[in-house]
Amino acid sequence: MSKYEPLILAFCCHYCAYAAADLAGSMRLQYPNNVRVLKLPCTGKLEVNFILAAFERGVDGVFVAGCLEGGCHYLEGNLRARRRVERAKEILSEIGLEPERVDMFNLSSAQGPRFAEIVNEMTARLTSLGPSPFRPARGAEEPVREMTEQAEASLSGENHDCCQS
Amino acid sequence: MDATTSDRIMVTVDGRTAEVPAGTSILNAARQMGISIPTLCNYRGLSCYGACRVCLVEIERGQGRQLVASCSYPAENGLVVHTETEKVKDSRQTILELLLAQAPESAELAEFAANLGVESTPFKPVTNGKCILCGLCARVCNEMMGRGAINLFGRGIAKQVRTAWSEQSDQCQACGACAFVCPTGAVDLKTITARRLRPHNTGYDQFLTARPCIDLAHPQASPRVPYIDRDNCVHFKSDECGLCFKVCGAGAIDYEQTVETLDLQVGSVVLTPGFEAFDATRRGEFGFGFAPNVLTNVQFERMLSAAGPTRGHLSRPSDGKAPKRLAFIQCVGSRDAGCDNDYCSSVCCMAATKEAILAMEHEPGLEVTVFFLDLRAFGKDFDRYYERAQKLGVRYVRSFISRTYEMPGSKNLRLVHMNPEMKPVEAEFDMIVLSLGLEPSASLQKQAERLGVVLNRWGFAKTSELMPLDTSRPGVYVGGAFQEPKDIPDTVMQASAAAARAMSLLAAARGTLVRTKSYPPQRDVTDEPARIGVFVCHCGSNIASVVDVEAVVKKAREFPNVILSEHNVYTCASNNQDLMKEKIIANKLNRVVVASCTPRTHEPIFRDTLRDAGLNPYLFEMANIRDQCSWVHSASPEQATAKAVDLVRMAVGRAGCLMPLQEETVPVSNGVLVIGGGIAGMTAALALADQGFPVHLVEKSDQLGGTTREIHHTLDHGDVQGFLAQTIDRLRASRNITIYPNSSVSKVDGNVGSFTSKVVTDGELREIKHGVVVVATGATELKPQSYGYGKSKHVITQLELADRLGKGEFDLPAKATVVMIQCVEQRSEERPYCSRICCTTAVRNALLLKERFPKARIMVLYRDMRTYGYREAAYREAREKGVLFVRYEADHPPTLEVGARLRLKVREPALGKDLQVEPDMVVLAAPMAPRADRKEISELLKVPLNADGFFLEAHTKLRPVDFASEGLFICGTAHSPKFITESISQANAVAARAATILSHKQMPVSGQIAYVDPDKCVSCMTCVHLCAYMAPRIGTDNKAEVQGVVCMGCGSCASECPAKAIMLRHYVDTQILAAVNSLLYAEPVEKQVKNPYPEQVGVAPPKWHKSGV
Repeated sequence: MSKYEPLILAFCCHYCAYAAADLAGSMRLQYPNNVRVLKLPCTGKLEVNFILAAFERGVDGVFVAGCLEGGCHYLEGNLRARRRVERAKEILSEIGLEPERVDMFNLSSAQGPRFAEIVNEMTARLTSLGPSPFRPARGAEEPVREMTEQAEASLSGENHDCCQS
Repeated sequence: MDATTSDRIMVTVDGRTAEVPAGTSILNAARQMGISIPTLCNYRGLSCYGACRVCLVEIERGQGRQLVASCSYPAENGLVVHTETEKVKDSRQTILELLLAQAPESAELAEFAANLGVESTPFKPVTNGKCILCGLCARVCNEMMGRGAINLFGRGIAKQVRTAWSEQSDQCQACGACAFVCPTGAVDLKTITARRLRPHNTGYDQFLTARPCIDLAHPQASPRVPYIDRDNCVHFKSDECGLCFKVCGAGAIDYEQTVETLDLQVGSVVLTPGFEAFDATRRGEFGFGFAPNVLTNVQFERMLSAAGPTRGHLSRPSDGKAPKRLAFIQCVGSRDAGCDNDYCSSVCCMAATKEAILAMEHEPGLEVTVFFLDLRAFGKDFDRYYERAQKLGVRYVRSFISRTYEMPGSKNLRLVHMNPEMKPVEAEFDMIVLSLGLEPSASLQKQAERLGVVLNRWGFAKTSELMPLDTSRPGVYVGGAFQEPKDIPDTVMQASAAAARAMSLLAAARGTLVRTKSYPPQRDVTDEPARIGVFVCHCGSNIASVVDVEAVVKKAREFPNVILSEHNVYTCASNNQDLMKEKIIANKLNRVVVASCTPRTHEPIFRDTLRDAGLNPYLFEMANIRDQCSWVHSASPEQATAKAVDLVRMAVGRAGCLMPLQEETVPVSNGVLVIGGGIAGMTAALALADQGFPVHLVEKSDQLGGTTREIHHTLDHGDVQGFLAQTIDRLRASRNITIYPNSSVSKVDGNVGSFTSKVVTDGELREIKHGVVVVATGATELKPQSYGYGKSKHVITQLELADRLGKGEFDLPAKATVVMIQCVEQRSEERPYCSRICCTTAVRNALLLKERFPKARIMVLYRDMRTYGYREAAYREAREKGVLFVRYEADHPPTLEVGARLRLKVREPALGKDLQVEPDMVVLAAPMAPRADRKEISELLKVPLNADGFFLEAHTKLRPVDFASEGLFICGTAHSPKFITESISQANAVAARAATILSHKQMPVSGQIAYVDPDKCVSCMTCVHLCAYMAPRIGTDNKAEVQGVVCMGCGSCASECPAKAIMLRHYVDTQILAAVNSLLYAEPVEKQVKNPYPEQVGVAPPKWHKSGV
């Protein structure tokens, strides 16, 4: 089995975090390729459900990145997102998953380097946490991501409909 | 496999065949196919030398195979090349091992070899250097620079690269190209040239870092096109080099570009040339220019920037260490008659405060000291920020600094300042920041002459306080710091205001140059199964050099619903857009995914292509495989490709659920409701009426003019009453303005573009239809409760003094003593804000008194003299004329005994003693307070107030005249205390902002808005309470409904709705989840949601079906 590489989903708001990720690109900053960005108009559109669905589907971690507090393009969407991330953390710990697998960050559109830092931080954190037990093996033709015994047990076990809450 | 023409040949590399021009080397042919072959000595644009042999490949030759150097072997027709066979790898390994033995010291070579799997060499080192004799340095010097300063000398084992006679060469131009191209880091420029080597530090990072001669102006530059620094580029200096021309595959380098002169036919000119920072070397005593740890505030700003030269870390230029003690010196080049800048630059106090706070955040434990003269925190909420900085530990020391001394060795800086007891104290700092003044640029002086615009004595545009936007030449207007040094909100305001002046002038020509584009009718795809086309972009080599584009294309074909998947070199190129359009039509595609750069820049372009192809623009999705993939993972192509596949799969998953959305338009009423008939309201009304919009001006009293009626003079001797009378006359004469005196607004319904309001005049109710609302309710001077005001007729306020002086009803004994007390009942706990105008008002009234009663003794008791901008000159004039300014501290306010005589006592902090005066008259600087009816207006319009009771704008800096809710605007002192001149600017700014709505007959409503499903809505009001824009409301059926025109499309309500009755179109949960679910593997087709939108009923049902047909 090849080395474990965490798969991380990032919910980024259009005006700040997504722009910062673009800026990191135009500055040619290099960061680990474990993150897949999903754009939202505002992190205010984030729902706890989305985070749980991502875990259910098998990602190892999720982070939400919005504008700086007080700097939200839609005034306070990022504050709502923070609360929802807190809620997601609670639910994760209830089902025995480390709440650190989810986090909320704030950055401005000019903070390309900060975006790279966040990716580094999350990748390091999730590498040390190890794979999510919900993670299925990817298809053989895909880059192999290791699956732990625990994960296999959890997948073959009961139906985990944690996302219905 | 026949070549089509004699000058094109077919070559096969690693199984891929491509057509290349005859004579192309194998290496270049492979490069064109996107296959990279490692090489050390080949450099695009330089001649081929074949020295390193790392680029070995195997070619098929008859029955057998042969190893050749791909850089020097010209491809022939039908040639079959293998770049990664075992034989190639073995040979390359041996070559690299030999090279490692030749240059054992080179870290660059070791890294290069390690990347190709060669970690060490079995051979004994033959030299102890870094050079592998590839000759690149000599070639670039000879072929490109035409210098020949270095060359290859000797033969066999005696061969070496050196200058003639191994002496420093006079030929060398110190361009550094040899060191740049050297693959092993072997070039030491000091051995080549005797010239001084200096980095090309450029202006963007304030000369803190070196940058290439060809570079983007800055990371967010728009347009994102690099430019050549002609002052430093070798080509422009000596006509040599031209390497960039040869290297650029897109042929974008054009050395012939020159300054073009365009003739433009315009009706008006707006001047916004900004300012330049004071040249700090003119105040050399602070050490700037020779003491490395003395920075300007602009340099420090760059240093604090995350995108700046130090990535936001504080570091001393002398040794790179983080400073522990930092000092700001204020007023360098402003308030300084010694360098002819005897005005205040207005922004530096707050800029230093902000930088101090940021610096402490960046460097915990940092001690920051600000040396200042007066802390001019005069703007809205500025005093609160200043208080916060003090609480965070920023030390403010009121002391003039005359010079700094650099300590030898440590390069620290020492200076002498006064302590509160006025004793000189020495202090040492690790770094010093100079708060530079704002100056007009020197080049402007000539330009102004050409434009026929008169400048004031400092070189800024000359305007008057009552006409702050008009230059001396009619039709030429001015905005920003070129009129007077000012901060961002004031600049933004004034820029809009200048636009309004131009719009008034050109109202008749509005819209005459507009061209509209027509589109074919949109095909109805609602009931069709998704047919997705995927277009993957190479972006030249930006994506293709890292991501295996073809692999992504192939993979995408396997994803559900994908009918077509292909790649283009530049998908956004106009010919490829046309091709895309054809393919959409030919393949009956109904969803399109483009995998290329960022949707932030390119989504509008592709959406337009969809419209051209008869598709709804919302049926489009982008995968960002450049900015967020190839550019950031260039070192790991395989993983980048895997990520690109993931991103495309997510986009395809989401695209499958996308639905057409109708962008509706609603009619706009071009009427305006202005609440408040003071100078701000009247100016806004006139500016809008001049543009042709009907204005309804509602004034609660029977007279127009508001507080301005009590003001008679501006600081520049403008006749305020004359101006007011003239304004009222123009207002009454205007056919577009209806004035409602003795009236109030009792109800405002509707939303941007279509409001209906009720105006009550003496019990009579009238209904008005309008598109926008302007709040200009003003402020008033608060009558003080302290200092015996009201008990003695010898205690009056500044406004009363001004009014009586203006009317000539003021008299004083010849040798009278007048004491003015500043900051009365403000900058206090109860009212922690500064009224901005009082210091200048005191100075103006003192000057008027001095004029009228030359023998009177006038004393101003102040805390900080906040005479910002040109007002500083008047402050100076007052001091010259003998007005006495005595500072007091907040803990020791002056005391006044009101008896037969007035007895005043004040503690002078420098003396540490009480001064006693028996004044004949005491004038109080009473606070400017918002009007009593502010709460009613705030509730009527549902707009917020700040803690001090002034109306709160949408964004302090960037939207200073807009409310967060669309179509509502604010100007004048209802926004914050300000001068007449500033109210006039802000009122004009409102006119410009309002015109952006009123000038349209129809207003577009975005498709990406929230929608409430009335069947699910439980009328809990959550959405109504949470929306910052007040888009949701409770409709007639007691269910929530979203007003499309007002909705900004953030989706906060959709996520918060407990009944899940709200959805944000285009970001419906199923669409987002489709992307999430496609992250690891594609969703099976049958699991995909076909139409995520429920049946539409209720408010403004969008017409998806048969849209536009």
